[in-house]
Amino acid sequence: MTIAGIVDILDARVLCGSENLGQEVTTACGSDLMSDVLAFVKDKTILITGLTNVHVIRTAEMLDIHCIVFARGKIPGEDVLSEARELGIAVLSTCHTTYTTCGLLYQAGIRGNNDCVPQARPAAKAE
Amino acid sequence: MREYSMVDHYPVSARDFATAGDASASIKRKLKQLGVDSAILRRIAVASYEVELNLMIHSVGGTLTMMMSPDEILLVSSDAGPGIPDIEKALQEGFSTADEEARNLGFGAGMGLPNMRRNADEFSIQSALGRGTEIRMRFRLQ
Repeated sequence: MTIAGIVDILDARVLCGSENLGQEVTTACGSDLMSDVLAFVKDKTILITGLTNVHVIRTAEMLDIHCIVFARGKIPGEDVLSEARELGIAVLSTCHTTYTTCGLLYQAGIRGNNDCVPQARPAAKAE
Repeated sequence: MREYSMVDHYPVSARDFATAGDASASIKRKLKQLGVDSAILRRIAVASYEVELNLMIHSVGGTLTMMMSPDEILLVSSDAGPGIPDIEKALQEGFSTADEEARNLGFGAGMGLPNMRRNADEFSIQSALGRGTEIRMRFRLQ
């Protein structure tokens, strides 16, 4: 799916980077903890977050994330947007909560990017 | 002794949340220009950013040094204190001593050191209370 497709699904506003809407996205990561984002993100990922400080952009730069979605209608400050513009990162804002945003994208086929292998649950003890 | 064709030093100030990440961004841009493979570069950038944040959040200030030879990148972080009391504990995922300010910015989840170790091809850490910490991370380019 392209970033333009994400804009449609989330009914999002494009705050900057509209020239990059044709870029491909395969996975997504939703988190307000940049430490976790740094630990789990892989290629062609979009980041969904409610955190609006400049470290979100720095984290995205380190991981080659080309699209950030700010949930709950949040709009970051101009300092954040100008840094994103400089790096060619598309920044979107949607009125959906982080949970709903993730759900809508999952429903549309965008998956997470961890390698979680569920462990077998221990058998229930006989009474 | 390995010959490094490039050695860059980046001072990192304690508690300077506004400029934290600048050194790692410079390192990433420079290595990208030099044509380092993008998957290797991302591992270097993540480890560098984590160690730079650690210097800023936990140390009294220090230096991040990037050295390049034809077959590897070496990142060295060194600071003058306060040192890590229990390194084994600090290497556990989820263990963190970061304060409220760092947590409000999205850090302090206790993933820093484990994430550095995961991304580097070789990782070593030495720390002495009152004297400081040195972390060395090696990334093979071939």
